Amino acid sequence: MKTLQISATEDTPSIQFIPEKGIFEFGGKSLPEDVLSFYQPIIDWLDEFENSFTKEACFKFKYKYFNTASSKIILDILFKLEEINQKNNNISIEWWHMEGDEDMQGAGEEYEEIVEMPFKYVSYKRGEI
Amino acid sequence: MSNELFDYKEHIPLMELVQKFHTTMLKHNLMLVYEGEINQMITTAFTSMAERNMDESTDEEYPIYKRLHHVMVECFQNVCRHAEDAKISLSKDIKKYGSGILMVSETDKKFTVLTGNIIHNEKVKGLELFLTELNEMNQEQVKSLYKEKIKESRLSDKGGAGLGFIDIVKKTGNKIRFKFEKIDENTSFFIQEIAIN
Repeated sequence: MKTLQISATEDTPSIQFIPEKGIFEFGGKSLPEDVLSFYQPIIDWLDEFENSFTKEACFKFKYKYFNTASSKIILDILFKLEEINQKNNNISIEWWHMEGDEDMQGAGEEYEEIVEMPFKYVSYKRGEI
Repeated sequence: MSNELFDYKEHIPLMELVQKFHTTMLKHNLMLVYEGEINQMITTAFTSMAERNMDESTDEEYPIYKRLHHVMVECFQNVCRHAEDAKISLSKDIKKYGSGILMVSETDKKFTVLTGNIIHNEKVKGLELFLTELNEMNQEQVKSLYKEKIKESRLSDKGGAGLGFIDIVKKTGNKIRFKFEKIDENTSFFIQEIAIN
């Protein structure tokens, strides 16, 4: 299973998918002009992941911020992870948010209600990551 | 009532205009006013400024600057999207149709974000209805609507701007003030205002 590593920019997030190290992380900010063209490679990667990787995988969402256009795609990704979990029973999700950031924590809780998978919440202090 | 800012019958010298405009801006507590072509580069420039304000703010001020940043992102990107649509279908005059107004005002750490942009007349009724209904909802209803809209297919363009408006109402707890001014048989000018407090 190939790795997928994309560096963060002013308006696109960092993606670190390194299966051999058990790293599956989203970070930074997501507010691209064309959400679909940024996220399509990630969706494609997850399709391949579904069929080739069955070991335990914890996906960590460490977004600092995302706009509403991104929030739709993030839901699609979560649905995809739910689908993979139903097939391979190997996915867990961590939702990271800054301490006191009710919007980001709330977003995670909303997603958890929509997608039938338990989320583990991790909070960090401002400036810590 | 005249739409002219200074109600002059003749054009005044530009340098005088700058001075009067600056004074008016300060009087209205305007942190930011931009009139011109709206594209992703422009919106990113302004939202990055807001992000810097956020990063440099005290812990106490951080939540409001964060919220301001978010509202700016959603409002300005909406304008960007509309400007793109207008440019494509009303391509006779790109400069005119791809432009708009972005404005941010501040009073005692209470912010207001305003935008103005050209919109097809055929889109007016639908948008007016949508915003009127949205403004009539309570927080619970807004949260439900948000959940409903976010589940719609990402391939459908319908949800695009709609989700943005729903989200800023959800996060600020305030209504969106709006107005449509007809320009000609094809276009109107859409102005919206949202308060953050």
